[in-house]
Amino acid sequence: MNRPSSKLFVRTELIPAKTPPLSEIGVAKWVRENLFSNTLNSILTILSFFLIYWLLAQILPWMTQGVWEAGSLNECRKIRESLGESTNVACWAVINERWNQLLFGFYPPESYWRPILALILFSFAISPVLFISVRKELYLLTFTSPFLCYWLLWGNTVWGPVSAAFSFLLGILLFQQISRSKLSILSVPITFVFVVLYWWFLLTPVAEQLDSFIPISLTYIPSKEFGGFMLALIIGITGIILSLPIGILLALGRQSKLLIINKICVFFIEIIRGVPLIVWLFTASLLLNYFLPPGTNFDLMLRVVIMVTLFASAYMAEVIRGGLAALPVGQHEGSSSLGLNYWQSMRLIILPQALKISIPGIVNTFIGLFKDTTLVVFIGLLDPIGLSNAIRATTDWNGIYWELFIFIGLLFFVCCFSMSRYSQFLERRLQTEHR
Amino acid sequence: MSQASQESTVNDKNMTAFGEPIIQIQKMNKWFGQFHVLKEIDLEVITGERIVICGPSGSGKSTLIRCINRLEEHQEGQIVVDGIELTSDLKHIEQVRREVGMVFQHFNLFPHLTVLENCALAPIWVRKQPKAEAEATAMSYLERVKIPDQALKYPGQLSGGQQQRVAIARSLCMQPRIMLFDEPTSALDPEMIKEVLDVMIELADTGMTMLVVTHEMGFARTVANRVIFMDEGQIIEQNEPEEFFNNPQSDRTKLFLSQILQH
Ligand SMILES: Nc1ncnc2c1ncn2[C@@H]1O[C@H](COP(=O)(O)OP(=O)(O)O)[C@@H](O)[C@H]1O
Ligand SMILES: [Mg+2]
Repeated sequence: MNRPSSKLFVRTELIPAKTPPLSEIGVAKWVRENLFSNTLNSILTILSFFLIYWLLAQILPWMTQGVWEAGSLNECRKIRESLGESTNVACWAVINERWNQLLFGFYPPESYWRPILALILFSFAISPVLFISVRKELYLLTFTSPFLCYWLLWGNTVWGPVSAAFSFLLGILLFQQISRSKLSILSVPITFVFVVLYWWFLLTPVAEQLDSFIPISLTYIPSKEFGGFMLALIIGITGIILSLPIGILLALGRQSKLLIINKICVFFIEIIRGVPLIVWLFTASLLLNYFLPPGTNFDLMLRVVIMVTLFASAYMAEVIRGGLAALPVGQHEGSSSLGLNYWQSMRLIILPQALKISIPGIVNTFIGLFKDTTLVVFIGLLDPIGLSNAIRATTDWNGIYWELFIFIGLLFFVCCFSMSRYSQFLERRLQTEHR
Repeated sequence: MSQASQESTVNDKNMTAFGEPIIQIQKMNKWFGQFHVLKEIDLEVITGERIVICGPSGSGKSTLIRCINRLEEHQEGQIVVDGIELTSDLKHIEQVRREVGMVFQHFNLFPHLTVLENCALAPIWVRKQPKAEAEATAMSYLERVKIPDQALKYPGQLSGGQQQRVAIARSLCMQPRIMLFDEPTSALDPEMIKEVLDVMIELADTGMTMLVVTHEMGFARTVANRVIFMDEGQIIEQNEPEEFFNNPQSDRTKLFLSQILQH
């Protein structure tokens, strides 16, 4: 046999690491490996480059050389013809002239500062939630901003939202008191009943009383003047913020061993999910009128927000249920064995992990919800699509399509893409397992 | 700690009189659906006792000790832990779980929290300790299991043996009166078993009441006051460790011992 001799070998010095040869690093390697690794790959690369070039060559001139100054589509066409025979360029003038409508609908222009201020406030308010490193004092703004934003957007006396905020504050205090007392099991229902009763009987009187002492108010702007991208943002953001907690509760309910709660949640989720959103929106706009006592002025926008929220919650519940199911049962056992009760263990151990797993699905649902807000056009709300129809119905801009849709598409894309990027950032930041 | 000194401390403990019964299980039966997993279990554990439970896989060892902190629910009979009977009453269950620590085969640490947070969590939320105090206690227990320097890492960054020691520290932070161990070394690489067993031996020296499901017979010999052998959901034999290993009575025990002591 030719086996190497088994003479004693002992390494006395360890081999140090060397830098890799040039062919293993740098741009050249990346290009070779990713673009030209074999014949087929090379052909595809060249074809793709050609295709991209061709597309850009078509689109870019159309976009960049577009006409910005014109009063109507006809003026646009004239300018276009004056430029030369073969030029086909965009008529951005429509955006230039109507951007305020696309963004704000028929909201009075002298009050544009209100939604803008509300948006700025909101951005500050959510920053401590989105980026934990931000100053903690901003949380105060987080809790007051819903009421502030409501007031800024709709106007009327400031004491209405204040009274509403007050009811929640009282509710929280009441809840804390009851949970320490012997009635602690009933703390949730009692608080709920209290808040409902307050809203029913006290909300307006309290607001009116306060207003008669210190009148502070903004011009009231009814919902029907809301429109454009602002409307999409209001419905979308409210839906997003509310659907997450409702979805969590539904998901927990669906996992619950309590039969009644379990069945109610399953029923709710399946019914809501099993019917198209557009049907629910029509229900909100038409059917509810039959059920509500005549004369009740139950704002259409509010109904739409409720429907969109419930719809997204059902999806959210299923996404989160997936996250809950993916957690090893050991996590439940670990937290139970330490004596944590159900809510503590959910809040501290189970949900943080389940939500982390579900981030891609949650953000997916958020993005879906946000884009679905365009469906409200079918029940007569003037979202961006509805406004584009209205703009095209005028004689000035009859026949213009692409420019409007590209603008609207861009607005939605920026929002959805930011959400997607944020979710990736969040996933990276929450990465603590080193698998 | 040397082998000899372990023997001496443990033997000293054997001499001392033990206190009150802290766990009493009477005529306990449990089923998983149709499957009768625990049959007529009678077991009394005295404060400070160290019991090793062994037996073939599937014999119901885990189920038995999980019944003691109600991770599993029994259907018949009575379990009283530290004077509290285990029923479906949630208050009682939480009370018992505060006094009973448990260490699992797969550690069950919380991967989204640091080692320190893992340890301080339950004292803060269950015992309502101030955060600083809970963290100080946590650090002292992490020192006892010899990993204070890993306190700010996440469990995923530690080796199996280190994770299991964190799990032990986490349970101890609640200052329990009883510790349950369900095969604490079975998921570990061989070179890490000793570091975990050493921690458990030190814990035994402090007089902690311990119920340990394990196949580490060396540990059973040095630490246990009593060894329980289970098969098919029943307690087949229990005895002092020396007698148990040198002079097993039942055929099942003999067979089992011959199988695990072969290698
Ligand atoms: N949740 C469960 N549902 C049904 N059967 C179970 C469950 N847990 C354990 N068993 C069964 O009960 C028996 C005892 O399990 P276990 O107590 O884990 O045994 P051991 O720990 O001694 O290996 C096994 O046959 C196992 O398959
Ligand atoms: Mg087991």
